[in-house]
Amino acid sequence: MISDLLSTTVLIGILASGIRLATPYLYAAIGETFGQRSGVLNLGVEGQMLVGAFAAFYVAFTTGNLWLGVLVAMLVGALMGLAMAYVTVNLHAEQGISGIGFYLFGLGMSELLFKRLLGTVETVKGFPKIHIPWLSDIPGIGEIFFSQNLLVYGAYLLVPIAWFVLNKTTLGLKIRSVGENPDAADSLGVNVGRIRYFTIILGGTLSGVAGASLSIALLNVFQQNMTSGQGFIAVALVYFGAWRPIGVLGGALLFSMINSLQLWIQVLGIPVPSDIAVMMPYVVTILVLVATVSRVRAPAALTKPFEREN
Amino acid sequence: MKKFAWFLTLMLVFTLVLSACGTPATEPPAPEPTQEAPTEAQPEPTEAPATEAPTATEAAAETFRVAVVMPSAINDLAFSQSMYDALTRIQEEMGAENFEFVYSENMFVVDDAAAAIRDYASQGFNLVIAHGSQYGSSLQEIAPDFPETSFAWGTTVDTFGLENVFAYEAASQEGGFANGVMAATLSKSNVIGVVGPIETGDAKLYVDGFKAGVLSVKPDAQVNVNYIGSFSDVALASEAATTHISAGADVLTGTAQMVVGAIGKAEENDVLWFGTQSNQTSLAPSIVVASQVYHWEGILNEMIALIKSGTLGGQSFVANLENGGEVIEFNPDSVVLENAQTLAETTIEGIKDGSITIPLP
Repeated sequence: MISDLLSTTVLIGILASGIRLATPYLYAAIGETFGQRSGVLNLGVEGQMLVGAFAAFYVAFTTGNLWLGVLVAMLVGALMGLAMAYVTVNLHAEQGISGIGFYLFGLGMSELLFKRLLGTVETVKGFPKIHIPWLSDIPGIGEIFFSQNLLVYGAYLLVPIAWFVLNKTTLGLKIRSVGENPDAADSLGVNVGRIRYFTIILGGTLSGVAGASLSIALLNVFQQNMTSGQGFIAVALVYFGAWRPIGVLGGALLFSMINSLQLWIQVLGIPVPSDIAVMMPYVVTILVLVATVSRVRAPAALTKPFEREN
Repeated sequence: MKKFAWFLTLMLVFTLVLSACGTPATEPPAPEPTQEAPTEAQPEPTEAPATEAPTATEAAAETFRVAVVMPSAINDLAFSQSMYDALTRIQEEMGAENFEFVYSENMFVVDDAAAAIRDYASQGFNLVIAHGSQYGSSLQEIAPDFPETSFAWGTTVDTFGLENVFAYEAASQEGGFANGVMAATLSKSNVIGVVGPIETGDAKLYVDGFKAGVLSVKPDAQVNVNYIGSFSDVALASEAATTHISAGADVLTGTAQMVVGAIGKAEENDVLWFGTQSNQTSLAPSIVVASQVYHWEGILNEMIALIKSGTLGGQSFVANLENGGEVIEFNPDSVVLENAQTLAETTIEGIKDGSITIPLP
């Protein structure tokens, strides 16, 4: 039975599932990476995703316009980011606690709106699979990488873009300097508050898209608490990926691939108790982290509110 | 770095707890720890016109008042909705002036639920329902303090030997068996997939019954079972369905509220679906063949009659096909239904009269 795991169908299935499962993590975790590189820990990602998921679904459901759905999800994500930015930058709030607050706000708000505006679980016609010409015809590879929906492609395109912005642009330099040494950055004329506002709002926007990728691209339904902890995993993936977009990509793929592997293990009837199988992604992720603890340290100013000294 | 490894571990554990809701619950508690819980613990009137005219004191004394605490949302198309729908039907039957009910939903946190149960009891409701077996130990503590109030909890058979506690459960393996018989009949590939939440309680009963039903028709059919370890992870349930389809399944079923994503995948791939707990036809009318629906109103009516005659508890009830507590609701628009309906009806009759016994592992 174990040998069944090595058949082409299964391997393609595992990889294609993994690519899809990683999509919401990528959006959310890349957004969070920007925030943390500028020194802000946002634990409200889960809440932003939920509100984004609901907004996208509701707009797509009522107007039939998927892109408008994504846009509105980005907007409400950005608004939640704005609120988070105000609380952390202007009010110097404890970031962990206020993040949890925003999570609970998003959970409750998405639930309330769902109940008032929809009332029951509905479905919507989401982003269709786009078969990229030529590439999707390659056996195996085509099905895994080039027969997914647009928001899946978007998530993977985001990784090199984020890498480029963080490492090769002035903006990226400012973000990193604000996260490492805000006092020095400030003395060199970088507006610490403004940079942090930017990264937190960007993080919220991307979390909104992460939610939309679930509700109108991958699952095409909305249900209360449908993110089911994915926002927290996204935050963990930023640590796992050592605050680098490539590392985040690796973590997201590892976690998702192991998850789709355990689905197949159960389907193929390989005698592993289901409780053990569903633990695998978490256990493997922790083991990999322990095995590869690197010298990379967190941004020095992470979670520290910036107060300008006169 | 060590600090962050710890933090990461903490995060993962938190998520695991959130998503897997590792409580020893024996049926779908929606893992929705919500900050609304404390406020919702206050009994909130339903949309039913429950407000009585202040003059009708006599009528008010006769109004039967029920409060229910449930783990997920009233519109979850699954466990909690089945209870909400049952209470709504009783209200339609008896009239809003004779029967009113209030509810607290999303009471995933047992402590909050316990507070709500105690609150309702002290407000003099005739019957307080704790709709979730995870509420059992709380109820065992609370019930003796309110000897005048009747309590019910499920799904279980245990009344703790208390005079004022009813217990109820669903024989979900029966509908599972009937669904399995239809699934086997309709499957061409003889590969059938099951998306389950956590391997326990009525989810496990349903899955085991379903499997037995399939094998009773086609002993060589392959039933692939996948427990995703969560009652809420819609994404993983959906990916589990995709996995089943890749493995050759052409008929799927699943239980608990996170299957809504799986139903979508089934529809996308034109694979048949069998539902349970609530009627899931509305989600995908083209592929849902039938759903096993819990109709708690039969049991509840019995309890109400007992309470009115002075018996406040001490008995346990089982909803099954025979007493109408479970009903197989066919989707009349399903194009394949006619190929399986007759056999399904014979099977249901057989389960009812006891000529079919369901082998459970």
